[in-house]
Amino acid sequence: MKPLLEVKNLSISFDTPQGEVQAVRDVSFTLSSGEVLAIVGESGCGKSVLCKSIMKLLPRSAFIKSGTILAGGTDITRCTQREMERLRGRLFSMVFQDPMTALNPTMAVGAQIAEAVRVHQPKASRAEVRRRALELLEMVGVTEPEARFSRYPHEFSGGMRQRCVMAIALASRPQLLFADEPTTALDVTIQAQILDLLREIQAKLHTAAILVTHDLGVVARAADRVAVMYAGKIVETGTAEEIFYEPRHPYTWGLLRALPAWAKDGEPLYTIPGIPPPLINPPKGDAFACRNEYALAIDYQEPPPMFRLSETHYAATWLLDPRAPEIKPPVGGWPHE
Amino acid sequence: MNDILLDVQNLTHCFRLGRRTVLRAVDNVSFQLHRGEIFGLVGESGSGKSTIAKCVMSLLHPTAGKIRYLGVNICDPGQFRAHKELLQTSRQMIFQDSTSSLNPRMTVADIISEPMAIHRIRPPRGTRRDEAAFQLRCVGMDAAYLDKHPGELSGGQRQRVAIARALCMGPDLLAADEPVASLDVSIQAQIINLFKHLQAEHGFTFLFIAHDLAVVRYLCDRAGVMFQGKLVETAPTAELFRNPLHPYTKALLSAIPIPDPRRERARVLESFDPDRFDREGILTEAAPGHWVLRKEEP
Repeated sequence: MKPLLEVKNLSISFDTPQGEVQAVRDVSFTLSSGEVLAIVGESGCGKSVLCKSIMKLLPRSAFIKSGTILAGGTDITRCTQREMERLRGRLFSMVFQDPMTALNPTMAVGAQIAEAVRVHQPKASRAEVRRRALELLEMVGVTEPEARFSRYPHEFSGGMRQRCVMAIALASRPQLLFADEPTTALDVTIQAQILDLLREIQAKLHTAAILVTHDLGVVARAADRVAVMYAGKIVETGTAEEIFYEPRHPYTWGLLRALPAWAKDGEPLYTIPGIPPPLINPPKGDAFACRNEYALAIDYQEPPPMFRLSETHYAATWLLDPRAPEIKPPVGGWPHE
Repeated sequence: MNDILLDVQNLTHCFRLGRRTVLRAVDNVSFQLHRGEIFGLVGESGSGKSTIAKCVMSLLHPTAGKIRYLGVNICDPGQFRAHKELLQTSRQMIFQDSTSSLNPRMTVADIISEPMAIHRIRPPRGTRRDEAAFQLRCVGMDAAYLDKHPGELSGGQRQRVAIARALCMGPDLLAADEPVASLDVSIQAQIINLFKHLQAEHGFTFLFIAHDLAVVRYLCDRAGVMFQGKLVETAPTAELFRNPLHPYTKALLSAIPIPDPRRERARVLESFDPDRFDREGILTEAAPGHWVLRKEEP
């Protein structure tokens, strides 16, 4: 089957007065329809830039240095703004982090959803648009859509608002949904419901999704595949099971170990020492080397290639080289206790 | 008992939203903080936990109820004036968003020593700059940062500066309003470790507000759960996680994500219907130290 989205050797840089910031460095991945891919990493690792580059929503100071983005078979790196406008919505749409700022507070939610429907079906009659908007509200799990249609965002709870934002994103029947930290602004109890909704929609409409997050708990519930990003590069990618049960990259180990859920009483939480390197002059060799307790001498000399572990599991660390010493991962294992 | 540092009795705070609408953000809440404990306050956004912190810090004036700090009723203007020096120095607060709580035009040294300048306190370690350097070291940063501005620091470093500023007064009560919510997982772990370490070192009483239950479970001695302005349950953390009694607490605990795909996907959420939430009732002691909001037995 042909993948829905294929990103090949993509590098994106920003022009700043201080110099060139290499936000995304040589990233490749594919996404098939109906799949949920989570992109995980610390802030500033380039995960949002990567998403925005696929949507072509980057600011002017950013430029694509090399690489291609194939969406549905066409290379969109060369598309003009006008061509992109046609693709956006039909091909992809986006759910933002904070539903309160994503919705217009002066418009009833029904009207906002209808607006999105009308943009993509300009010829539809009023009644048709309304029917479709109600259908969308019902699909995202808003009960009594008729009554809620003419309500304003402030009359909704945070979870309900996020559902409305999702209804707007789905109005154009996209093939790919970007969700940029969709649950960060929500409470724990609502978070799981929104993630379940995401999965439900994905199963029903066969929509693929890219979930950008720094919370690995979110990833465990919703994602089929996970890509861990560090300093502009994908350092490990695999199925959710592979990443959580058999992580191979020391950075993935660090992210997993830092979760308070694993903390034992009386022991301090594990932390990854240091801070991410500046992306203006990324260090020679492996960018994670100086924070990596398992770093080898070669890590400071040469960046590691992607080692293939299985059909789906890849990791970029010299620890996987046959010459490297054997190290037992500090986390993982089937099944977790 | 004289180990009670803070005693909140029947605290109610209402916000006027319009001519007729009044929002009861905090509704008849009572709890006590013992000296040297870490008390966690959890609940969804809008449940009134930040309002409680602001009332406790005298940033908001409560509509009704009493807050006693070391026996001083801080809601009474006369008593507040009489003990102003004590109240203003020994209670300190850390805010969620370090970008907006630090003045972008001041240097780190000035930010940390500003409270001492305001209260005309002689720095115990020589000059104010020396004191700022000392406090900065306490939170794990070196003196090279003294002349930097907040804009040059990362989120975790800014939060450390905010902590240093609060600690330079040697507070007895420290309130932190979601201090780690805006940080990345790895930085979050550093700050939580720092809190735990500093609390053990200084022995201050810590009111910690969070919505992440895993953090509360790890850090806090006791925790209170809030829902729609009501304190629905309070208990020692271990007891609360082992034996939640209120239906809302149960729903909240069942929602903690597990970083394990198979178990996480198999997990069934307990739902809690807000319409069935009973606002009436009083906190009753179900087990020693474990209080839950219940209707009185008929």
